[in-house]
Amino acid sequence: MTSKDLPILETRSLGKRFAIGTRFSAEGKRTVHAVDNVSLTVWRGETVGLVGESGCGKSTLARCLVRLYDISDGKLLFEGDDITTKSLSELRPLRRRLQMVFQDPSASLNPRRRVGDLVAEPLRIHGKLSSREITQRVAELFDLVGLLPDHVMRYPHEFSGGQRQRLGIARAIALNPDLVVLDEPVSALDVSVQAQIVNLLADLQEKLKLTYIFIAHDLSVVRQVSTRIAVMYLGSIVEEGPAEELFATPSHPYSQALISAVPVVETTPSGTSKRVILTGDVPSPLNPPPGCRFHPRCPIAVERCRTERPVLEERKPGRKVACHFPTLI
Amino acid sequence: MILSVRDLRVSFRTNDGLVRAIDGVSFDLEESEILGVVGESGSGKTVSLLAVMGLITDPNAIIEGSIRYKGRELVGLPARELRRLRGNEIAMIFQDPMTALTPVYTIGWQIAEQIRAHQNISKSKAMARVEELLAEVNFPNPHEAMSRYPHQLSGGMRQRAVIAMALSCNPALLVADEPTTALDVTVQAGILDLVRKLRATHKSAVVFITHDMGVVSELADRVMVMYAGRVVERGSRMELFSDPRHPYTRALLGSIPPLTGEKPRRLPAIPGSPPSLLRLPQGCAFGPRCPVQYEPCVSGKPDLGASTHAAACFRVAQA
Repeated sequence: MTSKDLPILETRSLGKRFAIGTRFSAEGKRTVHAVDNVSLTVWRGETVGLVGESGCGKSTLARCLVRLYDISDGKLLFEGDDITTKSLSELRPLRRRLQMVFQDPSASLNPRRRVGDLVAEPLRIHGKLSSREITQRVAELFDLVGLLPDHVMRYPHEFSGGQRQRLGIARAIALNPDLVVLDEPVSALDVSVQAQIVNLLADLQEKLKLTYIFIAHDLSVVRQVSTRIAVMYLGSIVEEGPAEELFATPSHPYSQALISAVPVVETTPSGTSKRVILTGDVPSPLNPPPGCRFHPRCPIAVERCRTERPVLEERKPGRKVACHFPTLI
Repeated sequence: MILSVRDLRVSFRTNDGLVRAIDGVSFDLEESEILGVVGESGSGKTVSLLAVMGLITDPNAIIEGSIRYKGRELVGLPARELRRLRGNEIAMIFQDPMTALTPVYTIGWQIAEQIRAHQNISKSKAMARVEELLAEVNFPNPHEAMSRYPHQLSGGMRQRAVIAMALSCNPALLVADEPTTALDVTVQAGILDLVRKLRATHKSAVVFITHDMGVVSELADRVMVMYAGRVVERGSRMELFSDPRHPYTRALLGSIPPLTGEKPRRLPAIPGSPPSLLRLPQGCAFGPRCPVQYEPCVSGKPDLGASTHAAACFRVAQA
């Protein structure tokens, strides 16, 4: 079997625990299960969208996927190769192929360095290029992400938010990665600029044959860029399926509530549509409810949901749901 | 008429010259009406409402024009007089509830303080009113919530507490500046529902500032779209969303990815980015990004005109 037949990235029951408190704090030492039992397969060339409310663990999962966090449980495989516990030096050659774009572009750019240098940095660390080749490659990258060649001499503060995100993307693709994890790449941008970046990401994916893992809380953006979507709640995936299908017929009650909550521009006289309004808040992952973690807010919860935790099962080819009573699909 | 703003101009003296943040904004607001103000960052939506609230205290700010609240002129009103109105008849909800609450006092204490600042009632009566208010904004356990500190509440709950505070004196005018932007969609849905309900029960007029077209279309009776300190289009919700006229409004609506139906291969994006207020083009500020720009747009600034559904665009005026 060649690497082409293997998923580019796979997690098996991946979990991330954080220890909080000390033995001297009031509640003693405790653990938060930020990511709990996530099994996700990402195939070459696709875009997997991760959605969920803040605190559901999507960013933690993203950081585990590129090993910015150490993984507590389960396994992480890159092209079938177990990289769960690889050391930093063993990881280095892989880092080139596995990149990340962050939400706040200004926080990830050193304000005191010229942007040309910032984009050249990964090339210097990983590549064996001469300085002339690096200059050339930087110019190429600037062109690729839609920045002007004379921009290289500027500092980050001289750019608008959208342009800074273009720089973040240029840095991520500098080494010709295979997989890019994008953590809320358009959330900090103005609406009119968001669409530009979404289009840019689509163009780059096509040109450079990239695979994306795309995290955003804006559901319409996620639907636009993703081929497949995983909905997360309290650290676990509750539903997974092809983007358009999942949005058209969400099967888990949480996905239904989430999708129905998105305000859409309507031109009908009555603005209010059939909306599922969830009561209460996301429970603390410190003290997750027993049984199905969604049951305290679920409109259709019954006794069984309070005790027995549903597992993520394939109910139809390509569609997985973790619910005892999924809406028929 | 609750609020009538005429030709409002706000400028700031800076090291790089005079920045005109608001350039001739006019609007009216009736009782229990919700006005949605949409625009990108830097479009002047927040500054124009801060001016209404009398919250621009920068000595380098120049405020011109007229802001009439129930017929009374607010521009130039002494701070003492303004303070009597603010929090009492005019209330504001900010984007980040954590900065609107002090971390060192309980929610109950903070809301009671606000009531007692404006009304001459006893502490226990004020506390009883706080409990009522928290129940009204859907706190599951209002009595217990009163003794909580802000950090013990979730983002949505904090925003509800701030709304309860804003409502404590039955304001005739409520200004909400991106109150749901920091919240999750599921929580946002609850807050929007609440604003709708409160408009009905308290008869407050609401100015709702947001960058989210979807939110406006769900909530507002009338909509005002702003760009680079000017109103580029205004109209009723129906008019604006079923017949958007200004190229900017159209482009903005077009750039939102659809939630249903077929996905476009590419999103119709607006090229460029919003202009810097320091270097505004001479003519129409949207001109350089506009798909239908022609000669008149380069030299002249189009006016909004007087009709209820109006767009500040030479192309629209010509058609």
